[in-house]
Amino acid sequence: MENAEERIYTLPNGHVLSKETIDGDIAIVNFGPTHPATHGIFQNILTVDGEKILSSEQTVGYIHRAFEKLAERRPYNQIAPITDRLNYCSSPINNIGWHMTVEKLLQVEVPKRVQYMRVIIMELARIADHLICNSIIGVDTGALTSFFYPFSEREKIYELYEEMCGARLTTNIGRIGGFDKDFTPVFHEKLKNFLRTFPKAFEEWNGMLERNRIFMDRTKGAGPISAERALAFGFTGPNLRAAGVDYDVRVMHPYSSYEDFDFIIPVGVNGDTYDRFMVRQEEIRQSIRIIEQAYNNLPEGPFHADIPEFFLPDKKEVYNNMEALIYHFKIVMGESEVPVGEVYHSVEGGNGELGYFLISDGGRAPYRLQFRRPCFIYYQAYPEMITGANISDAVITLSSINVIAGELDA
Amino acid sequence: MGKIEDLEVINGEGYQLTTLDKAVALARSNSVWPLPFATSCCGIEFMATMGSMYDLSRFGMERMSFTPRQSDLLIVAGTISKKLAPVLKKVYEQMAEPKWVLSVGACASSGGIFDTYSVLQGIDRIIPVDVYVPGCPPRPEQIIDGVMNIHKLVKHEPMRRRYSEEYRHLLGNYQIEVTNADNDK
Amino acid sequence: MTNKELQEALEAKFSSQIIASEELHDALIIELAPNDVHGFILALKEDNALSFGFLTLIGAVHYPDELNREFCVVYHLHSWKNAIRLRVKSYLPKSNPSIQTITDIYEGANWLERETFDFFGIQFEGHPNLTRILNMDEMDYHPMRKEYHLEDQTREDKDDRFFGR
Repeated sequence: MENAEERIYTLPNGHVLSKETIDGDIAIVNFGPTHPATHGIFQNILTVDGEKILSSEQTVGYIHRAFEKLAERRPYNQIAPITDRLNYCSSPINNIGWHMTVEKLLQVEVPKRVQYMRVIIMELARIADHLICNSIIGVDTGALTSFFYPFSEREKIYELYEEMCGARLTTNIGRIGGFDKDFTPVFHEKLKNFLRTFPKAFEEWNGMLERNRIFMDRTKGAGPISAERALAFGFTGPNLRAAGVDYDVRVMHPYSSYEDFDFIIPVGVNGDTYDRFMVRQEEIRQSIRIIEQAYNNLPEGPFHADIPEFFLPDKKEVYNNMEALIYHFKIVMGESEVPVGEVYHSVEGGNGELGYFLISDGGRAPYRLQFRRPCFIYYQAYPEMITGANISDAVITLSSINVIAGELDA
Repeated sequence: MGKIEDLEVINGEGYQLTTLDKAVALARSNSVWPLPFATSCCGIEFMATMGSMYDLSRFGMERMSFTPRQSDLLIVAGTISKKLAPVLKKVYEQMAEPKWVLSVGACASSGGIFDTYSVLQGIDRIIPVDVYVPGCPPRPEQIIDGVMNIHKLVKHEPMRRRYSEEYRHLLGNYQIEVTNADNDK
Repeated sequence: MTNKELQEALEAKFSSQIIASEELHDALIIELAPNDVHGFILALKEDNALSFGFLTLIGAVHYPDELNREFCVVYHLHSWKNAIRLRVKSYLPKSNPSIQTITDIYEGANWLERETFDFFGIQFEGHPNLTRILNMDEMDYHPMRKEYHLEDQTREDKDDRFFGR
């Protein structure tokens, strides 16, 4: 290009660059939507100068499945399967969060045993989610082995889910008011095995990456974000904790007996990829601690609340008792009566504060259900995190912030 | 070479007689390279199938190629929305012949539980599909069963099928042009 | 801080702007006129005692039967200092569903407002890039409004008679 002196380049987002900032040609690189490194379907159009990223434009919505409109059609107990598919790596947390929202609307108190069972299941789901995210960070730096080790541990967690509800991934676990069955003897056996063998296997996998010189050099300083910017964007979860802010819904607004357990909230320093990795690893260890405490102190009692309008009665009763038959019919046909009201409930999901805003008008389906999806809110900050970085750093940053496409687009 | 069924095999000192179709089909079916087009939950079950417990690489799928030009099998796992449909079609068209499509999961096969305004009700609206694997999400054993059915199809496919008039008519239904080396047959 | 104390503090400071306030299921809900929302949220963020520094969610609800109050924009705010949540609502008429944006107060409101625009058609004045985000760009209607169907009406492979609709 001969007349490079006067050349001024305008980026797609309106930002104007002068000749001093660019020393060569600008290329537009399409990063997605189908790309081995984007774990999920979202598109980033990067404007790069050599390898340095100048700006990026995002397109999301490639897997928009209209959950919120779908929820207006379905009765309350049938919405649980679609909440599964929000953050499908940790679907029990989504399910239990929904059940708690409906219980808040109905003003129902669940027994202590149910709360401890819910804590165990939710912490298992959190471990599963963090295992995927961290193994993918390893894969993106080239360590393919770090994918295989955690996935065989995830199979053990899948077996525990299967024992409780029959499904591996999209679990639809639990019911409004509790669980449909108590922990079976096989579940107890498998959980004891898990608690005995998982920490060793975890430390073996962790040892491959945590103090690995190559991994640290790759991930330190990649995609940093400061605490002020993270708060302005509305970050929650491990991404915010890696930036240094210790906000955790389990501690600030404890739900389901989390105040009974003793655990720490790991917090990072720089908010870069290495900190996010380390925060998630430590959260896995803390989740194991919580599960051990909950399991060792599991109280006796019923495994569901006494709400016959929402919790299916025992089959023997249905065949012999008129009331039970009527309740069974109404629940299955989705004609249970729900009070009018609106409620917001949030749980600490794998990615942060997962919230449910439910407005009910007394009908069989919600009038309006809105999900507060943490991925959607913090993915806005991605261009800011990668501006000035190399493309390879952008790839690692994307896998470390754990964007799950189902939660991004709903 | 292994045993080739329903064919007269003449064994000799260092040679075996068979047809080119069977030989090429055997080679192709044992080394199908997939392109995982994983969008949502079925993608995670696919990753579990690739993992060490249900090892998909036993079936020759060691190398996951993420580029369409170097892959044989397009595995569509997950919901395809209408916004993503042109992208999927473009990826399918970029694949070189011979190519097969495996549709994993209820959403890819028929829209699944998402009968909404934004979800494509099955990828066979836009591309031809060879094997459907139902489930939400399907267990890894089911995905392996789907892959083995693909192997069966590959093993019994005549070499000239992709150049035939029938195939061009099939793809014409989806408004896809067949581009082959000698397509003026 | 309890909801009662918060309600009294807010009514002491903003009594002219608050149209209604009630406590429902352990959350305090304040209703304001559309023009007052931006100033209210900014004041709450900067106030040292109340210190509502975190925006949780922005959403909208469509009430087709209420005249001149069809769209309700809901802001969920969270004060970490006092561990309390607040819901701010504002009703907009269908003829002019527009309200000032709060992206200058909270950066994270950017995509939340775009999503609300995409689903309901609410115009946020001053938003840097108010375009569709989740739906296709070619879509010409706002799907979450109550008058539109959930299913795609042009699909021919599913017969509504068999689906109980």
